Amino acid sequence: MLAVVGLLAFGLLSKGSSGVALGEVAPSEPLPRLEGGGTGSLADYRGRWVLVNFWASWCVPCRTEAPELEEFQRRHAGPEFTVLGIDSRDLTEDGRDFVRRYDLTYPQLRDGDGDTAHEFGTTGVPENFLIDPNGKVRLLARGPVDAEYLDRYVAPLLPGAGS
Amino acid sequence: MKRTAALLCLALLAALVVAAPASAAEPRASLSEIEAEVMCPVCGTLLQLAEAPQAQRQKAFVRRLIAEGRTKEQIKDALVAEYGEEVLALPKGKGFNLSAYLVPAIAFVIALVALILGVLRWRRASGPPDGGSKAAPQGPSPEDAERLDADLARYDL
Repeated sequence: MLAVVGLLAFGLLSKGSSGVALGEVAPSEPLPRLEGGGTGSLADYRGRWVLVNFWASWCVPCRTEAPELEEFQRRHAGPEFTVLGIDSRDLTEDGRDFVRRYDLTYPQLRDGDGDTAHEFGTTGVPENFLIDPNGKVRLLARGPVDAEYLDRYVAPLLPGAGS
Repeated sequence: MKRTAALLCLALLAALVVAAPASAAEPRASLSEIEAEVMCPVCGTLLQLAEAPQAQRQKAFVRRLIAEGRTKEQIKDALVAEYGEEVLALPKGKGFNLSAYLVPAIAFVIALVALILGVLRWRRASGPPDGGSKAAPQGPSPEDAERLDADLARYDL
């Protein structure tokens, strides 16, 4: 009986805790790249500010958000900042079609089983996490962000913003 | 006559050769069958119960693979490649997932052994108090027999 209880407890614990809070180090397990093969990770961008955007092609708000993120990326991308898309619980081909449809140029990873989204503690898509150069969460936005949010809350934190 | 029999045998053989691969081939996968065995990862329910936009895309994906002639197992493997093992309603019997099958089996065996031990103990407890071997049923004691005879004699007609 103890063995059975132990097994059940192990199963629950192995699911892991969920969610990161502001100031905590964000998960950075490697994920497959949405296009081009290989894997990528948030850790690859250590030393840069990264806006992690969880999205999915079937998510309606993501369709209005993606062009806003792309516009922000075009204005701010460089050695010190990038947007990083993470396509979560989505079909690979649907995700690739989405990237082509909205002409997204920022890097994209694939989180097919949603484990990374779970580790970040997302409650759905889209959600955005601004990660600082040390890998810690500095901003968290549940739901879609727009140009106003990005300019008001994200841009001032980036290097060269004069803050 | 011989020629007719030979022709019949040949036709029978040909029919068997044609029928054999057809019966050996796997049955064509169906959407309803697969929907009942996989989950909608976003909704957390069986795909057949899900109507969310993600579920609609997943169903379209399954339909496309069926149209391509993939078998049920191939389609389930493709879904696992897209969404991970948790897309399967019944996990594969590997690693920790094995416990989904082992735990009920072990619990059943434990319950069965407990039941058998309980019955044995109950039978032993309801046996003779001295724990001796089973004795043949004994008749009434001489006093009882005497009293019984007397009582019966009173009812003699």
